[in-house]
Amino acid sequence: MRIVVLVKQVPSTDTRLAFAPDLTVIRDAGPAGLNTADWYAVDQSLQIAGQQPDAEITAVTMGPAGAVDALRTALVLGARSAVHIRDDALHGSDALATSRVLAAAVDRLGFDLVLCGSATADSGMSAVPAMIAERLRVPALCFADRLEVRDRTVEIHRDDGCGDRRVLAATPPLVVSVTERCGEPPYPRFVTRHDARDKPIQVWTLATLGIDPAEVGLAGSACAVRSATPRRGRRPDCDVLAMGDPASVAVRVADFLAERQFL
Amino acid sequence: MAEVLVLAERSAERNRVRRATCALLTVARRLGTPAAVLGGPVEPASLAALGRFGAATVYSVPAPEMTDHPVSARVEALVQLAGRRPPAAILVASGREGLEIAGRVAVRLDSGILSDVVDVTAGPDGPVAAQSVQHGAYRVESVVVRGTPILAVRTEHITVAPAPVTAVVSPVRMTFPGRVRAVRQVGRDRVEPTELSTAAVVVAGGRGVGSRAGFDLVRRLAAALDGVPAGTHAAAEQGWCPAEMQVDQVGTIVHPSLYLALGVSGSMRHRTGMHGAGTIVAVDSDPQAPIFELADLGAVGDVHRVVPELLAEIERRRSPTPEPEE
Repeated sequence: MRIVVLVKQVPSTDTRLAFAPDLTVIRDAGPAGLNTADWYAVDQSLQIAGQQPDAEITAVTMGPAGAVDALRTALVLGARSAVHIRDDALHGSDALATSRVLAAAVDRLGFDLVLCGSATADSGMSAVPAMIAERLRVPALCFADRLEVRDRTVEIHRDDGCGDRRVLAATPPLVVSVTERCGEPPYPRFVTRHDARDKPIQVWTLATLGIDPAEVGLAGSACAVRSATPRRGRRPDCDVLAMGDPASVAVRVADFLAERQFL
Repeated sequence: MAEVLVLAERSAERNRVRRATCALLTVARRLGTPAAVLGGPVEPASLAALGRFGAATVYSVPAPEMTDHPVSARVEALVQLAGRRPPAAILVASGREGLEIAGRVAVRLDSGILSDVVDVTAGPDGPVAAQSVQHGAYRVESVVVRGTPILAVRTEHITVAPAPVTAVVSPVRMTFPGRVRAVRQVGRDRVEPTELSTAAVVVAGGRGVGSRAGFDLVRRLAAALDGVPAGTHAAAEQGWCPAEMQVDQVGTIVHPSLYLALGVSGSMRHRTGMHGAGTIVAVDSDPQAPIFELADLGAVGDVHRVVPELLAEIERRRSPTPEPEE
């Protein structure tokens, strides 16, 4: 079974983001790390490999030079090899362009299963896994809280709120995105850290993938950012606190929970 | 004015048009003439509700695929409708299924997609979307420059306002390609969640809960929301809850989609264990408590008075007697 894990280096959420004049996020400005959900994706690929001795795990990332750290982390966690898609023309790619590049890379590698974290913490790219599946014309099982690979089917458990826990299945090849609820990854052992130094990291460019630079990056993106304004506090969505008598506060909380589909 | 396609949803249990759909229609009116796309037959109550919020047309897709394969069938429906008459925009409520639908439609139409949209205004060249980035730390304004703008809207940020019109049903017959059946629902997991680290809903109690008896409120609310109860180190050290239920950097680190903090001040130690939660709701009597900096919704009040009211309100909303939607 050929497993491709898509990983991403994201700026730490504890620090402020820095924006360049073209309103893209400056990615080498501060502390960064592997996107949290991607740790779980790499770990799930290892667990599948544990049951399927012929499994081959390749980690793929797209980004500037610093993004290679995400691949190193994935290799330390246990991926066999890695591919870094790096090209100056990729700067500023939106979800549509990103999915085009990643789908081309996955297609070139060949795959039975594409695994990724279900949301990136930095840029609202949560639709990208489904978009990659659409480009590859394969099914997607998104937001898996639990993942099981049987003979010829892949099954996920997904909690849709209100106690609605669904079990969905599809046949490989397919794309699966996992949440941070699919089990805490173990800490890597020293031996695997040591071995990771010898694992290969290939660098691919747009030419390798046969993609026209005009189709990606800021120029090839279908979305444009007009402004980016910092707001007070860490979650300033919470501008107003619900106050008043307990009954009206309770109604306000219930309204909020219903709106986010928890009731 | 051009049409704006709105993906409409009804709640599974009572078959009523969701508030999220009313919010999308409210926003759609700013961009053009809203047209709702609804899976299954349209009964008078749904038609009235959609018309009340400005849907001039209701495209009804009665095909069984809309129920059996909700995501892929809705993608086909939106793509085919957009192909017949190009809309000014396509609006979808952000959520697990909504994001997947929006993403797939964007690829099929080679159109720009904007997610985490919290507000929409009409600009000179199409909709301008305000997005909430990094849990709301930034407000970013974006536009779509190619194709049909596809917006995944976080509808809880939209204030719903009615603008009644007479909605006309337009039944849509369409054939679905075989690949819409690729993902099957094989079952429903009815196992009660017990494991804290993999729970989707966590209700945690802190010092403000006050006593072992008070902690019962945490357990009852967790049961009502089908979640798992938890406690801070303060609650665990007082013996109000067992040590296994402790959420912090030395206890369990949780990543639920909903974290409800009751009487939790939000010490650094506790926040380390739960800041990865998707949605955080806090109830505490101190409006200065640090937990409110993290919370998506903060409720100021005594846990012992707010939680019983909340339990009663949840009970009321789940009771079978129909009540008028706002």
